[in-house]
Amino acid sequence: MRRLLTASLALLSTTTAAFAEAVPGGKLNLIVQPEPPSIMIGTTTNGPALLVGGNIYEGLLRYDETLKPMPSLAKSWTVSDDGLIYTFQLQEGVKWHDGKPMTSADVLFSANDYLLKMQPRHRNLMSHVESVTAPDDKTVVFKLKEPFEAFMRGLSFYTMPIIPKHIYEGTDYATNPANDKPIGTGPFKFDEWKRGSYIHLVKNPDYYVNGKPYLDELYYQVIPDGASRSVAFETGKVDILPGGSVENFDIPRLKDLPNTCTTEKGWEYFAPLSWLWLNNRKAPMDNVKFRQAVMYALDREFAKDVLWNGYGKVATGALSSKLPFYKDVDPHYPHDPAKAKALLKEMGYDGKALKLLPLPYGETWQRWAEAVKQNLEEVGIPIEIESADVAGWNQRTSNWDYDIAFTYLYQNGDPAIGVDRNYKTSQIAKGNPFNNVEGYSNPELDKLFDEAAVAYPATKRQELYDKAQKTLQQDVPVAWLLELGFPTVYNCKVQDIVTTASGLPESMRDAWIKK
Amino acid sequence: MLRFISGRLLKAVVILICITVLNFFLIHAAPGDPAAVMAGEAGDADPAFLQQLRERFGLDQPLYVQLWIYVSSVVQLDLGYSYRQQLPVLQLIGERLPATLLLSLSAFVISLGLGVTAGALASARQGKWADTIISLVALIFYATPLFWLALMGVLLFSVQLGWLPGFGYETVGANYTGLGRSLDILLHLILPAMTLGLFFMAVYARMTRAAMLEVGKLDFVKTAKAKGLRSGLIQRRHVLRNALLPVVTLAGLQAGQLVGGAVLIETVFAWPGIGRLMFDALSQRDYNLLLGVFVVSAAMVLFFNLITDVLYRLVDPRIRVAS
Repeated sequence: MRRLLTASLALLSTTTAAFAEAVPGGKLNLIVQPEPPSIMIGTTTNGPALLVGGNIYEGLLRYDETLKPMPSLAKSWTVSDDGLIYTFQLQEGVKWHDGKPMTSADVLFSANDYLLKMQPRHRNLMSHVESVTAPDDKTVVFKLKEPFEAFMRGLSFYTMPIIPKHIYEGTDYATNPANDKPIGTGPFKFDEWKRGSYIHLVKNPDYYVNGKPYLDELYYQVIPDGASRSVAFETGKVDILPGGSVENFDIPRLKDLPNTCTTEKGWEYFAPLSWLWLNNRKAPMDNVKFRQAVMYALDREFAKDVLWNGYGKVATGALSSKLPFYKDVDPHYPHDPAKAKALLKEMGYDGKALKLLPLPYGETWQRWAEAVKQNLEEVGIPIEIESADVAGWNQRTSNWDYDIAFTYLYQNGDPAIGVDRNYKTSQIAKGNPFNNVEGYSNPELDKLFDEAAVAYPATKRQELYDKAQKTLQQDVPVAWLLELGFPTVYNCKVQDIVTTASGLPESMRDAWIKK
Repeated sequence: MLRFISGRLLKAVVILICITVLNFFLIHAAPGDPAAVMAGEAGDADPAFLQQLRERFGLDQPLYVQLWIYVSSVVQLDLGYSYRQQLPVLQLIGERLPATLLLSLSAFVISLGLGVTAGALASARQGKWADTIISLVALIFYATPLFWLALMGVLLFSVQLGWLPGFGYETVGANYTGLGRSLDILLHLILPAMTLGLFFMAVYARMTRAAMLEVGKLDFVKTAKAKGLRSGLIQRRHVLRNALLPVVTLAGLQAGQLVGGAVLIETVFAWPGIGRLMFDALSQRDYNLLLGVFVVSAAMVLFFNLITDVLYRLVDPRIRVAS
């Protein structure tokens, strides 16, 4: 009896441990890779900058894993029935890290002035907005020119971080000294940046969410070599390896270490999708049969299982399955070399050798290029791999100097923000990196995308996007590869590591360490 | 001597300017520019944004104007502004130079000290077991790639044994001060400095041994022996001193690499030095920063060449410094 009692007591204590209250205190070491040029995310918006800066600056909203809005600097909001007026109530008691109060004036300054000048993504979003006004200190009203339902998913720290007006107004934004010592409203404050070594953030004791953040300190360590980053985790010098900070083939080994957890969550907002840009302007890529043949020739399951260690998902088309309005439509392109060969024969492909430009982002991508070369050569398309570094890759793709090129892009929460830019005719411009680099132009699709962006409500958008996805699926302007999985590897003692669709940059405010 | 030094300094300035101009054109010949890299990293950009960046960086100016602006500011000892890192180049280099000098100088001292000692020892024990072992070890270090040694060092001493830190300059977040901090840095220094020094150590050992054996056969050594001097004294005073000239030549070469030669080691060991700064600047087309590192390292090479020439004369007074 007594033994039974102790056993059940033990069980009770473990169950309570599983639902334990968050405990404050402690510090965490993370990797930031590569070292960002700046962590002022109003101007610098690459991944590493966001990873650190997302703790310092905040947007009006955060998003859960299905991209539904959650409060951030805005505590509540209403949308008018015609979908034109968005009204946001700001949180009470929000202070900048220098102690000044954050008000609607800061939101107006960010939306109407600072970001409009400094950030192309914001510029695109604001092209749908007629005016931003503030009836009082705690209210902000966005009036749209036409319904743009995607607007609600463009208010994160990533596209619209709120910037302090009193620091930046009337200065040269690019060289303001505060860029070096950022001042935001976030759960952590900037403390020190030892270039080449680490960035140190400390808890913001005046944070407006009661009790948060739990952690006292964050160290973002800069370790340039991939193997050394694995060693840093193995030897316990680093607690969290954010997605993409070690080579994929190292992850299974790290995962087997004691006390090691992994998660693929926290990438729903970005939903990175990889594909091959097929230069539609040049023969034979200008022939739809050739492009379909490429799709059939690729063994994408192999790439996922072997090169990406099973992480991620084979892409079914232009939209990531994590995105709203995604639909799995016909035709499908399973690995079928015979079909690829038949298509090539049908179109009379002359066997001209093509140049393949891999992505200069490490070993996994190099190997992937080799696998693609092998796949294509199996069906009779000779391939030459031409490597370039990041700058060279940018130069060549944005000047259309390639046959087939690897890339991957973020989908940014909505097809009207992150997807249609890759296929619309209006986005073709030499020297424009990303967007419609493949040179695909289909007036019918342009119309579908334009209508879908401003259709209201969402059900109407869905119909239009279904059609658009179908058109793309037949035309294959690019060869879609994988929805990339970037697992975060971390010490299991760290709790609540991913709480939003943007993952680590936002969730350090909720993270805590189990004692 | 003074005239010699001032003449050399004058030449050095001219050479430095030539190097700057040459580097300027080399860098601009590489495909892509900093604006494209920054836009590329953001994964999202419009042509207006690129144009805006290029204007901010002055990249919309004709190349000769950019060159003129750069060279005239370098002559005034201003290395410009790194738009990417948003800091003055001199400040960035100043922050990172000490770490590199510490690493390279330690490696230099280790390799020279251990190398010459081992070489001298081997030649004195020619044909005996000590000679065999030293020669073999030197050969292995001479032939093994640096990065492999570095990785094996980390695997053995950090991962397996846990004796030494495997990366970094100091323990992040420990906030040591004074002596504790020095000790901490010293521990972090051991693996990278040893790895960086091993190759040159092997070279010095082999060279010292060969040169000493050669000098040992010369007539004046026989004379010294005939005079009945102790053999240790002969080795030190007569043989080693005469055998050191080729070593000094090589040490001059190694010293010239003090700034730029440690890119690989700094990357593997996450050492926050100037070699990595240079490498990052290169891949990001951070023109001003890259040129700045080149100017500083070229100045160092010129400086150490000068020192070497002066040392020649001190080691062997028969060598006249040509003015």
